[in-house]
Amino acid sequence: MIEANDKETQGVVDYIKNFIRKHSIFMLAYGTGCGAIELPATLTSRYDAERLGIRGAATPRQADVLLITGYLSTKTLKRVIRVYEQMQDPKYVIGFGSCTINGGMYFDSYNTINSLAQYIPVDIYINGCMPRPEAILAGFEELQKKIQKGEADNGTKYQENIEWYRANQKKIIKNWRMPDYNW
Amino acid sequence: MNDILLTILAAIVTTIMAFTVGMLYGGIVRKLTARVQNRVGPPIYQNFIDLMKLEFKTTNIHHGLMSHLGPVWIITAAVSVLMFIPIVHGGMLLPGFSIENLTFKGDLIFLIYMMTFGSLGMALGAGETGNPNSAIGVTRGLSLMTGFEIPFVLALVALMIQYQTTSITGFMQIQEETGTWMMFSNPFAFIAALMASLGMFRYSPFDIVGAPAEIASGPASEFGGKYLGMMMSGGSIFAFIKLVLYVDVFMGGAHSIPELLLKTFVLYMVPVFYGWINPRYRTEQAIRWFYKWPLIFGVIGVIWAIY
Repeated sequence: MIEANDKETQGVVDYIKNFIRKHSIFMLAYGTGCGAIELPATLTSRYDAERLGIRGAATPRQADVLLITGYLSTKTLKRVIRVYEQMQDPKYVIGFGSCTINGGMYFDSYNTINSLAQYIPVDIYINGCMPRPEAILAGFEELQKKIQKGEADNGTKYQENIEWYRANQKKIIKNWRMPDYNW
Repeated sequence: MNDILLTILAAIVTTIMAFTVGMLYGGIVRKLTARVQNRVGPPIYQNFIDLMKLEFKTTNIHHGLMSHLGPVWIITAAVSVLMFIPIVHGGMLLPGFSIENLTFKGDLIFLIYMMTFGSLGMALGAGETGNPNSAIGVTRGLSLMTGFEIPFVLALVALMIQYQTTSITGFMQIQEETGTWMMFSNPFAFIAALMASLGMFRYSPFDIVGAPAEIASGPASEFGGKYLGMMMSGGSIFAFIKLVLYVDVFMGGAHSIPELLLKTFVLYMVPVFYGWINPRYRTEQAIRWFYKWPLIFGVIGVIWAIY
């Protein structure tokens, strides 16, 4: 018996919404690092991500998931933040490989970031350097589970904690010339 | 009073049918394309899921009034054009129920004019967003239109000259009386119109408007969420309209919904098949293509109609 005001269980509408969201994921066709090369293999004949409802979207306005496919230089980070803020809620981020977790082999580089979660919220990390298509699909599967549970609402968390994220972002991007609040 | 209510009901039923059929055809094509590429492909109802997801997205971008109105314009144009197209002979959508489609006794010229409204809405809406990709996409789209509209109009003009009428219901009646479809009584006009339809449906090699790898989905690049959903449904209704127009004018119209679905699906597969074996043209190549064979066939069609 589900109680009317039970916060733990989803209502029917939320359940349907999440079910639909998890079966239709548009990923931004914008690769930032070496892992981007695994995406064509994931989308084409052998692994065929489209059967799971995953397809490419060419523009951030239409995309649901942003893939950070490897190392991120501070120069690219600026664009990534811009793109992430242009995306419409609900939006998700998947980080590929160790570079997005701790800097990976670039951990002591002067111009790459070490931890992606400091700058934009990350839903799923996929490990491997670089992850094969099987791992990417497994990552997407995890994301789908998270969406179905209603836990993938990092877009709102980003808006709520914007000061913290902005402080981190401005710490590393010295010439900050960006529109301040744009979504 | 009852008549008005029935008319409104008929309009709603027609719109829902056009939307469902258009979306379903898109889904079937996605599945078939996947099979051609040796993939499993998404389920045929994937387009409906995508649309629902887009409708559930939050959209709070403001580029100006026209960018909000653009998608609305597309869907308005689609639905209003749909109201003028006779979908089945005699207008009875479902036998047994007295749900009548609004059969339009007016002319084809008005319809051709109205059919450009969708592209106009897209151009105006995309223009205001200020995204350079949108501007390029719109330019490409309008250039492509100058390409395929001429053979298309020539084909229709040939029929108008041949049968001395511009009414769609008139065309359907003539085909009923003579017992020959116009695709046989003026084959050159049909070939020209069929070639023009390749550009109209924007499958490759004429998918220069969307071109996601080049210009980030073109006119729609600044539209996400509900706007994109509206564009998708408007586009589906427009696809259905074009197919029904072709069936009405060239293939003798349809007497029942299953017949209509069979004829429209066969027609829809022509641009799709052509697209499977072709990459993308550049804009000037596409226009040049339309000004070669389709135009020649259109002119021959007109000459055939006169003599």
